[in-house]
Amino acid sequence: MNILKFLVSVTFLIYCFSSDLKAKNLEIEITKNLRCLICQGQSVYDSDSEFANSVKILVEKKLNEGLDEKQIYAYLKNKYGDWILYDPGFSKNTYFLWLLPILMFVFGGAIILKKVILKKKKL
Amino acid sequence: MSSLIGYYSLIFGVGVSILVIFFSIKNFNDTQKLDTKVISLVFLQLLFVIISFSGLILSFVNSDFSNETVFNHSHTTKPLFYKISGTWGNHEGSLLLWLLVLTLFIFVFLLRSKNQPKQYKILTLLFQQIIIIGFFIFLIQTSNPFNHVFPVPKEGLGLNPILQDPALAIHPPILYLGYVGTSIIFSSALAAVCSNNITKMWASHIKKWVLVSWIFLTLGILLGSIWAYYELGWGGFWFWDPVENVSLMPWFALTTLLHCVLVLEKKLILTSWVVVLSIATFTLSMCGTFLVRSGILNSVHTFANDPERGLYILIFLFILIFLSFFIFLIFHKSENNNSKTFYLLSKETSILVNNWFMMYFLSVVLIGTIYPIFLEVISSKKISVGPPFFNKLILPFLIPFMLAMAIGPKLKWIKSDIEDKIYLILFFVISLILSVLIIRNLDINFLYNTILITAAFYLFFITLRDFFHRKYRNLSQITAHFSFSILILSILFNNIFSSEVITNLKINETYQAQNLKINFESIEQENKQNFKAIRGKFIVEDQSGLIEVMQPELRIYNQPNIVTSEADIKTNIFTDKFMTMNYVQNQDYFNIRYQVKPFMIWIWISTILLCLSGCLSLIRKKYEN
Amino acid sequence: MKTKIFSLFLIFTFSIIFFVFYKGLQNTNIYTPETKSEIKIPNFETKEFFSKDKINSDQIFIGSDYYLLNIWASWCVPCKEEHKYLMDLSKKENIKIIGQNYKDNFDNAKNFLINLDNPYDLIFFDNDGTIAIEWGAYGVPETFLIKNNLIIKKIIGPLNEKLLSEIKELTQ
Repeated sequence: MNILKFLVSVTFLIYCFSSDLKAKNLEIEITKNLRCLICQGQSVYDSDSEFANSVKILVEKKLNEGLDEKQIYAYLKNKYGDWILYDPGFSKNTYFLWLLPILMFVFGGAIILKKVILKKKKL
Repeated sequence: MSSLIGYYSLIFGVGVSILVIFFSIKNFNDTQKLDTKVISLVFLQLLFVIISFSGLILSFVNSDFSNETVFNHSHTTKPLFYKISGTWGNHEGSLLLWLLVLTLFIFVFLLRSKNQPKQYKILTLLFQQIIIIGFFIFLIQTSNPFNHVFPVPKEGLGLNPILQDPALAIHPPILYLGYVGTSIIFSSALAAVCSNNITKMWASHIKKWVLVSWIFLTLGILLGSIWAYYELGWGGFWFWDPVENVSLMPWFALTTLLHCVLVLEKKLILTSWVVVLSIATFTLSMCGTFLVRSGILNSVHTFANDPERGLYILIFLFILIFLSFFIFLIFHKSENNNSKTFYLLSKETSILVNNWFMMYFLSVVLIGTIYPIFLEVISSKKISVGPPFFNKLILPFLIPFMLAMAIGPKLKWIKSDIEDKIYLILFFVISLILSVLIIRNLDINFLYNTILITAAFYLFFITLRDFFHRKYRNLSQITAHFSFSILILSILFNNIFSSEVITNLKINETYQAQNLKINFESIEQENKQNFKAIRGKFIVEDQSGLIEVMQPELRIYNQPNIVTSEADIKTNIFTDKFMTMNYVQNQDYFNIRYQVKPFMIWIWISTILLCLSGCLSLIRKKYEN
Repeated sequence: MKTKIFSLFLIFTFSIIFFVFYKGLQNTNIYTPETKSEIKIPNFETKEFFSKDKINSDQIFIGSDYYLLNIWASWCVPCKEEHKYLMDLSKKENIKIIGQNYKDNFDNAKNFLINLDNPYDLIFFDNDGTIAIEWGAYGVPETFLIKNNLIIKKIIGPLNEKLLSEIKELTQ
């Protein structure tokens, strides 16, 4: 059973990996979701501009002050507007953004159902 | 001199276009065979574009700064390789390259489709000529690569150093082969509709073009990602940046089309859908060109922004959309639906399911990319749609998608049953146990990640078993699905297991954490042809005592005066170690980023494997059921 | 009939998309945060420039009708351009100019003031740039006009003749 051998080795390998891990760095996670106002195509995490560096320090400070992820997002959104957040959130501005793809999915599913199941009944 | 020749070749190229149209219309009804005159004219047009393109390359190689494009994007001290690649590293040159591929493809198309009906061929040629003329005018009117500068400057402004990279040198041509390949699919689908030529034969004929475009597009996207990983210096490979999304949209459409054409080839159903997809594929490529070149979106990759260019592409794009729309409406005879039946468990249905998910992914990417434009125009509010949006809407849907990918290919045409039920269930249990073991100790959402990884493992094991099973011998399909599972698995693991350290270090300082030691040993300088390199030497020791020497680099380019940071990457088959160093203003320390990124190389390998599976399908004459 | 309605619908959709793209072309793609009027000034703690004494923001913005907070640095080129306008404004009695020294080197900053003269009534440090974020600023220079602890005007980038007269009008 080649597959089983392979399986065991894969499990072992991944097991080795998972042992030396540390918890995800929340500061990095947050700065990845913030957009830099100086290099406007990049996230704060990716950017090396003065502004981005300050935001990184600020996020660290706020985390030490005991704010959680959501509070930090709200804080920056208050200062710079929705634009700074890469996650557009669900609000009246973004109903269509979130619902349109889902609607497409439901619609597509309905077409397929119609093609497959209804025809079956006819026969 | 070469600029002048290049420019006039372009003008002649347009002239030939008109001749081609004239002779093909004349040829449309008179004889049975395709006039050789038409083919020679198409060749002549190709020749003119080649001359024009060579003229531009020559100007770049000779650093002829009387040419505005060369002046803006080249420099005498640039290595020859980047002088040449600089030809298409800018807006004007890349459009000329685009035109070159357009003319090349239609010529190859005419040579390769000897057995097709004449009228169909002529119609394809006509539609392709409309696109070609559109690009000729665009080039000459708004982005002439041969503009003259007077007085002639002594030195050019230079190519942006981050573009001076081997992966990026070949990335545009490969990507364009993919993009432009879709134009042939577009023209040919419209021609097939007009001449009522949608047959199984047409399907297998167009399948080759779909495959070729798909392979090149996949390869092009891969090269772009590799470049971003090596050159942009923060260890990512995909950012859901508009420019990346724009290349992903035609990829989704092409992948869908690829599966659909397989059905059409066998059963002659879904004809309207195939035509719509063929049109959509090219339209999405053009739409991408518009979004990127007009500067309507804000992206890391800034191209020259010129509203006039944007307006031109926009109008051209919508002319093509409406043209194809009316042709479809007038000429298309919809299939006779009643005779065709879909069973729930059949290959047809499984391909429909593939289409369903692909279209959903496409709509997520499309809407996510253009929504900010709509919101701004309608309510003048500005928002950003970034990675969190795409991850939330795409990742959960990958779960059923991958399960369907595992089971779908096992079904037969028309009607079938699921065989080997025991195996299917056994593999699922194994995948589940494996995923639980992996995720167990991690500080992430347990249920969600476990299911996601289970689905990926499931696809992996099922396809892996299929390799050893004689019953399913469709090698290209198994390879494709297998490599997709590796791709998703490696992306997921890469995401979950990546770890990193960001710190400031002076020379001779040591960073110490519980399982890592980084020692900044020394720094050295070196002068290269067009940049000065500052190379740091770091000794990295991990908890198992393994020592690695990392030498990230800062490059100070002379023209334009830009500092770039070159990562040092140590790759092995399990993990990449990635280090960059950055200069900090007014300080005597450097900012160091050290990342450990598992399974990085498997992302590249699996994508290459995906391209190979396309090639396999291309060289294989017949599919076995 | 069904196809006709559907095609009309499609034509309509495409036309709207065309229109939106056309309009979108005319908008700039560079984002600048909106200048929301009348926000309360932030509260922060920092150090005074010359004495290096700890100072709280409510000790700074007290006692005058108007305050002009100016974020500057010696390494910032546009700051030199706007300097003469700040000098002009420093002559006005009812307005106090506060300097926020952004990510700077103390000696360079001091030389800057010695060479070009000092328009500021008070200067404080912002060494890591986090106070600038409290203000909602993202570059240098930025200037805020403050009345009764409310920001009544925000200027991104250097001052000029037009902005100068605007500030003068507002502080009449």
